[in-house]
Amino acid sequence: MRSDIVIIGGGPAGLAAAVAAAKYDPSLDIMILERDAELGGILNQCIHNGFGLHTFNEELTGPEYAERFEAQLPDLGIKFMLNTMVLDVASSSVTAVNSDQGLFNIECGAVILCMGCRERPRGALNIPGLRPAGVFTAGTAQRLVNIEGYMPGKEVVILGSGDIGLIMARRMTLEGAKVKAVCELMPYSGGLKRNIVQCLDDFGIPLFLSHTVIDIKGKERVTSVVIAEVDSNSKPIPGTEEEITCDTLLLSCGLIPENELSRAAGIKINPSTNGPVVNESFETSIKGIFACGNVLHVHDLVDYVSEESARAGISAAKYVKSSSFGEDCSVIEIKAGTGVRYTVPSFIRLGEIDDNVTVRFRSGNVYKNSYVDVLFDGEQKYHRRKQIITPGEMEQVILKKEDLEKAAGEITVAITES
Amino acid sequence: MEIRELTCINCPMGCRITVTMDGSAIISVEGNTCKRGDTYARTEVTAPVRTVTTTIKVTGGVVDRISCKTKEPVPKDKIFEVMAAINKSTSLAPIKTGDVLIEDCAGTKVPVVATKTVDKV
Repeated sequence: MRSDIVIIGGGPAGLAAAVAAAKYDPSLDIMILERDAELGGILNQCIHNGFGLHTFNEELTGPEYAERFEAQLPDLGIKFMLNTMVLDVASSSVTAVNSDQGLFNIECGAVILCMGCRERPRGALNIPGLRPAGVFTAGTAQRLVNIEGYMPGKEVVILGSGDIGLIMARRMTLEGAKVKAVCELMPYSGGLKRNIVQCLDDFGIPLFLSHTVIDIKGKERVTSVVIAEVDSNSKPIPGTEEEITCDTLLLSCGLIPENELSRAAGIKINPSTNGPVVNESFETSIKGIFACGNVLHVHDLVDYVSEESARAGISAAKYVKSSSFGEDCSVIEIKAGTGVRYTVPSFIRLGEIDDNVTVRFRSGNVYKNSYVDVLFDGEQKYHRRKQIITPGEMEQVILKKEDLEKAAGEITVAITES
Repeated sequence: MEIRELTCINCPMGCRITVTMDGSAIISVEGNTCKRGDTYARTEVTAPVRTVTTTIKVTGGVVDRISCKTKEPVPKDKIFEVMAAINKSTSLAPIKTGDVLIEDCAGTKVPVVATKTVDKV
């Protein structure tokens, strides 16, 4: 089998990359490989609204957002295979398996990694206590309620205030469950402020910051959890323990990009994002392999995933069609300065950007009334005031090509407190 | 003068909006970065509304349940009545995204529409 571009994963990133590549050059043969029984990825279970304001200028639910992209596939001649698991990736070939064709190989011009991310499960969190039934990741509960139609429990405590946890606090409440508490280890929420308002405040669900679960009780099924306040080193403070009766504990404690295939292929991984190191074209350390969406870095907003993925799709199309792609060797490195955990991209090749380049980043802490600074070879070029910067909300700076042309070799993005 | 601090829920930007009120009259709306924010703030301090998104039972389809939403936001205090009405209903496949599943949900005059397509078995 042969395709010009093979896309691994048919979620929001894969769909947007495929559509953009096909629109850029309709003659390209594009194949999406999806392990689930339908396209759309996690959007299928994100039945809440708030998607698409940037991309479609209207407020859509997750399934509607996915459908907007899926509807374009037939006309653009984009092919896809469902129930297909990719086993191995190299720059010019992808090995996969499914029930119809067994093990097969696709020779290709470029690969786009769009595998998304995975939730951190109980085993990765080291929560003490017994191991009864009733402990779920928030995303698992979301799938059970929204797609399978099963309620995972009646009395719920949620650990972690990531967006999925907040969304599930509301969802479980709407379906008749009692959500007794949301506990967050950090002194700030990991989710979007709007979700605190519309998912917790609307329903009077308490959010305990600087709190964690220190014990899970119950022999067959969860009967209660013990929560406690933590100090600045995240250690439980004696005397603050509180036992909460419940039958379900949901975990919303972070997402990890799913990069087993990338690592096996030898792609360089950024330890801060757990995703590939990429340049302005979303190309990884291996030529011809691109990455976008949550496999690259975890996003809060699907609209940004679509935007980045479109760029990755177009880059892959250019790579397949042009032998001179990326041959301009003037490379500028972007460094994460004070307060900034990481930036995407990590490198900019001047020859491959149009008028400007969007650099996205996350902060390592909460900053109020501070500034986002961009330094070109140590000299301040951008200085923008921000009312609030939190690790839960991705930030961005847009750098102009004309400014970049003046930079010699290094750009630093930093947060300065006033 | 009463000052109300709101977080706009229209989009994930979550703008912090300050509404200054004199009794029930709105004197000023500040902090929003788009028109939606202004509308949200004015509605939120007078008659708050929310879009309800949930699922509905399906018969005769390739799946037993699909996602749906109220086509317009409904009054906040009607959310649970809307949920109860949707949970009592069943829709017959095939259903296309946008199809009206309930005409007037729980007396709100707002229809419930499908947000996913489901084929017949």
